Amino acid sequence: MSKWQCVVCGLIYDEAQGWPEDGIAAGTQWADVPEDWVCPDCGVGKADFEMIEIA
Amino acid sequence: MSGAPLVIIGSGLAGYNLAREWRKLDSTTPLLIISADDGRSYSKPMLSTGFAKNKQADELVMADVGAMAEQLNAELRTHTRVTRIEPEAKRLWLGNEALVYRDLVLALGADPIQLDIPGDAAEAVFSINDLEDYDRFRQAVAGKQRVLLMGAGLIGCEFANDLTSGGLSVSVVAPCEHVMPGLIQPAAAAAVQQALSDLGVQFHLGPVVSQLKRDGDALCAQLSDGQVINCDAVVSAIGLRPRTQLAADAGLAVARGVVVDRQLQCSLAHVYALGDCAEVDGLNLQYVMPLMNCARALAKTLAGEPTAVSYGAMPVVVKTPACPLVVAPPPAGRAGNWTVEGQAPDLRVLCHDEQGQLLGYNLTGGCTGERMALNKGLPALLA
Repeated sequence: MSKWQCVVCGLIYDEAQGWPEDGIAAGTQWADVPEDWVCPDCGVGKADFEMIEIA
Repeated sequence: MSGAPLVIIGSGLAGYNLAREWRKLDSTTPLLIISADDGRSYSKPMLSTGFAKNKQADELVMADVGAMAEQLNAELRTHTRVTRIEPEAKRLWLGNEALVYRDLVLALGADPIQLDIPGDAAEAVFSINDLEDYDRFRQAVAGKQRVLLMGAGLIGCEFANDLTSGGLSVSVVAPCEHVMPGLIQPAAAAAVQQALSDLGVQFHLGPVVSQLKRDGDALCAQLSDGQVINCDAVVSAIGLRPRTQLAADAGLAVARGVVVDRQLQCSLAHVYALGDCAEVDGLNLQYVMPLMNCARALAKTLAGEPTAVSYGAMPVVVKTPACPLVVAPPPAGRAGNWTVEGQAPDLRVLCHDEQGQLLGYNLTGGCTGERMALNKGLPALLA
């Protein structure tokens, strides 16, 4: 399980936690996060920015 | 011979993200970034969540200026203002110092609209529009309790939520019938306002602050409806005006923002604009998502591949955790009928045209999770 960080706002997506508020279950790998998911903090889309693998 | 540099004025999200995107395509052309600020990289949306997270300004910094210079292979000149641009000569001035550019990008941002409030305390009003503002405000309210917030728009509501969550007691004063007028429908506004009220925010919608006076260490605000609010600090969040003066003085076309075409080019060659200062094909959208679309398109253009920017649907996530809200405003000029489903705080407020095409939405509370499905049916803002 790795963590990914939004380069626009610094939000961290932790694969182990998923993002349950948006229906993304714990354990969902970054590659399996829907392409139209948007960053909950800055609103920028997954396809529109880079998440940096941080761990 | 390295040639004249690409010069970017501004080190906010627009300037830095353009630089980052462009460097992926061009690693050799010199890059100079000129900033009136200290050049630290931070994400402006985080200024709306810093009190709840109890973050000092320094903790919101993602990279200092040295790290940015290295990462972008750029020269950075901070605390520096461009005083004049001569587009015909491809030259700009920093006071008495002239610089020649290959191409120039205006990523100037926007200024808080300032009110001239009668009384003896006009300078006690804070605007929070950049990291240094945030730092000053945090220091000013350390140990204080009562904040009067002028403005109930998107940023006003985000601040109201955040400051309250951070332990301050907040009174909102704004001359409108409901929160976020012009952005969301009354039903959604009522849900947000109720949730913020339940959190402890005091709303005074209708009047304006007609006078602000010092009262010992505190402040006394007189409202136009006769009410009096005693407070320790005042924050103004009544909107932003694109910074256009430098462009106008240089003979570039300006309207609400600096006028640019779909390739982000100003009315004279080799000058471009993006972000909060720019009006792209008539649209001045002060949000992160359009800014990122512009950064990617302009990076290609500046790397030799002329590229027009397009905007898909641009839903805006409003950071009011007391009542989460996502807004997709209908495209300009498209009228439709609004319908309200659900029960506050979980509302699905949808706008359809006569053919049944979804034009926009306001989703609150538990309905915000539906945004991804709805986004697929939204029209593009700039196809």
